[in-house]
Amino acid sequence: MYRYDEFDAAFVHQRVEQFRDQVARRLNGSLSEDEFRPLRLMNGLYLQLHAYMLRVAIPYGTLSSRQLRALAEIARRYDKGYGHFTTRQNIQFNWPALADIPDILLALAEVEMHAIQTSGNCIRNVTADAFAGAAADEIEDPRVTCEIIRQWSTLHPEFSFLPRKFKIAVTGAPTDRAAVAVHDIGLKIVRNDAGEIGFEVAVGGGQGRTPMLAKVIRPFLPRRHLLSYLEAILRVYNQLGRRDNLYKSRIKILVHEVGTETLTQMVEDEWALIKDGPVELPAGEQERIGRYFAPPPFANLPAEAPRYEAERHRNEAFAAWTRTNVEAHRQQGYAIVTLSLKPAGGVPGDATAEQMDAIADLADRHSFGEIRVSHHQNLILAHVPRADLPDLWRALVALGLATANIGRVSDIIACPGLDFCSLANARSIPVAQRLSERFRDLDRAHDIGELRLNISGCINACGHHHVGHIGILGVDKKGEEFYQITLGGSSAEDAALGALVGPAFAADQVVDAVETIIETYRAHRRTGERFLDTYRRVGLAPFKESLYATA
Amino acid sequence: MPLLKNGSLVDDPWISVADGEPLPAEGAIIVSLTRWQKERANLIARANGLGVRLAAADHAGAIAADLPLLALIALEFPTFRDGRAYSSARLLRERFGFKGELRAVGNVLRDQLLFMHRCGFDAFEVKDTAAVDEWKQAMSEISVFYQAAADGRATAIQLRQQRRPQS
Amino acid sequence: MKPQILTANRLRDGIVVFFTRDGGWSERIDDSRLSDDEASRAEMVAAGERAAAAGTVVGPYLIDAAVSGGHIRADRLRERIRAAGPTAGSEQTLKYV
Repeated sequence: MYRYDEFDAAFVHQRVEQFRDQVARRLNGSLSEDEFRPLRLMNGLYLQLHAYMLRVAIPYGTLSSRQLRALAEIARRYDKGYGHFTTRQNIQFNWPALADIPDILLALAEVEMHAIQTSGNCIRNVTADAFAGAAADEIEDPRVTCEIIRQWSTLHPEFSFLPRKFKIAVTGAPTDRAAVAVHDIGLKIVRNDAGEIGFEVAVGGGQGRTPMLAKVIRPFLPRRHLLSYLEAILRVYNQLGRRDNLYKSRIKILVHEVGTETLTQMVEDEWALIKDGPVELPAGEQERIGRYFAPPPFANLPAEAPRYEAERHRNEAFAAWTRTNVEAHRQQGYAIVTLSLKPAGGVPGDATAEQMDAIADLADRHSFGEIRVSHHQNLILAHVPRADLPDLWRALVALGLATANIGRVSDIIACPGLDFCSLANARSIPVAQRLSERFRDLDRAHDIGELRLNISGCINACGHHHVGHIGILGVDKKGEEFYQITLGGSSAEDAALGALVGPAFAADQVVDAVETIIETYRAHRRTGERFLDTYRRVGLAPFKESLYATA
Repeated sequence: MPLLKNGSLVDDPWISVADGEPLPAEGAIIVSLTRWQKERANLIARANGLGVRLAAADHAGAIAADLPLLALIALEFPTFRDGRAYSSARLLRERFGFKGELRAVGNVLRDQLLFMHRCGFDAFEVKDTAAVDEWKQAMSEISVFYQAAADGRATAIQLRQQRRPQS
Repeated sequence: MKPQILTANRLRDGIVVFFTRDGGWSERIDDSRLSDDEASRAEMVAAGERAAAAGTVVGPYLIDAAVSGGHIRADRLRERIRAAGPTAGSEQTLKYV
């Protein structure tokens, strides 16, 4: 993975001292809250319902074991002993004191981390496929591209005061595990007919109040032009994106208002003037960064691992776990393992300091010391020898991290909701907890099959409800929490936005409603159909019928 | 309003003239883009310096052809959140080759001076005289730059290449 | 007039606080000063603005509240959650609103 050199190290340490000075000026009264707010937001520091919240960047969701231990130590020392992994592959601490933030940022800098650009109207932390460098279907590791973008976008002097926040995601595989269609820019690494690697560039995806899927504006961008093309898109957006209305200021609205064709032309015109200019990477730089992401020193393992096979035959719980939480690896003899942060009744995405320390140890023992964060709010050990799986599974069971539910109904994405967030209208976590309790029977969950259930506590859609197969959106109706349900969304390569099924449900009805939806699917499904497939075939009608007909 | 230029407070020889206001008989003046476009011939006839003020929504390209006639461009920041002038500044410097004074006016905050300087601004209308110390601090607290802009500062990539010459 | 109390977050650590009967700030909603007339409301708002300017608290604002069973209870769920802490979360010590 990427390692800071002296330039990166000097930079993050300078930023820590800069913010230490700003915090001191705030605490001694020389900065007002109005003046301080944009400064703290540039360092990922929010003031939420109960306390400050610090959002730490985990670039493209990759962590070393050393970094994870540092996060555990921060959780223990400066917070309440846990952290919350987010749908943007970051981690949030819910209870840090303002006076401690400079020391927390220093502790992060010591392990080559920071909180820069995790908030504000700038280019946010770039996200990627959590299986990068491991997925069997990958064309190229997207993290090389992400790291190039991370550096280019860091404190970009022209693009730090955009009309609104700006999110870029990259996938290196045809299977989209990075939700590129719902990002301001979605980059898909592709190969052209000549066998050269480049990007399919899509622009204007996003969720929130006006959800939209990104439109492809260039089917193939040669790799060497990555930065000039991004700069062209950002420049067009910075100049023309709306600044008169917060809800219309994302690039998706610009694309929608001027039309994809016009937007494409504007970007191409701007690009023609800057391509091959100083913004492009010099020769050798792509390769230099690429070397940081060289595969770890894999052993030459046999395809078959007898210990693993024997355990699978002997132990049904283990076998069930391998069916949901273990994926094929590109390297023979290895597997990708997802650690579920979604135990029945748990808080989606939360991990305690003790769990983080233990995961760091397991990563050292079984996965070259590397951990990934997925946008589904789980953690991943990307390079595990298949023969290690039984031992790893036992360790994860003891830690409460082996729930065999990845991609199942209880693998719920949920935003912090009204329990923590000052923007929320309704709670998300208690709904997720009740749903994961209701569907805690794993045999039943496996019978239901692949299902993405996403919950947001407000229209900002941090819980990705628009792209859940079943999406739940919390709303406030005269002081009461109600929940709207959408069906048919997807953030994968078959991306789609969910459709509203009907009137919202009260808090005490929403779990039953989800169960009714799932039973309706089971009644209508044909052999081999996922929930999403059945929905796409039969439409909303049977679900409406079963939810509302008897009411 | 104090003017910060090259790190010092200087006397501002320029008179900013509002659109309805009569032009002073002499002296260097700054007018809006609209007025420039309307009264261009009259303005060119003046003996003293000419400057044009671009609102955040004005595109730098609208003045590109006239740059040889102008000694100053002022770019407005109606609020610090409105970052359009950063793009205009880079275009004026990097694309249209403007060599005169590029002045930031409006909501110009201490913590944005470095971004502005990187985009090519060299003069700043600031709110008070504390700006000199603030300027020094703003120019010195960060020394690593990740992207090429209009300021000619060496980027981290360039410094890495010098350190590790590529074969 | 609907009774109101004044709340804010403490600058130093962001913790939720309430303006008290003796003119200070407390983490307990039950210590709040209740106001049900214009004059005392204006007084509380002015005190909140002074505390914000002095850097004690951030963003003070009035909320509707009522007394029931000897306790002060905020009207809105959001404010009840602010007063009592998250209703669900990984902190085992936290209690339900």
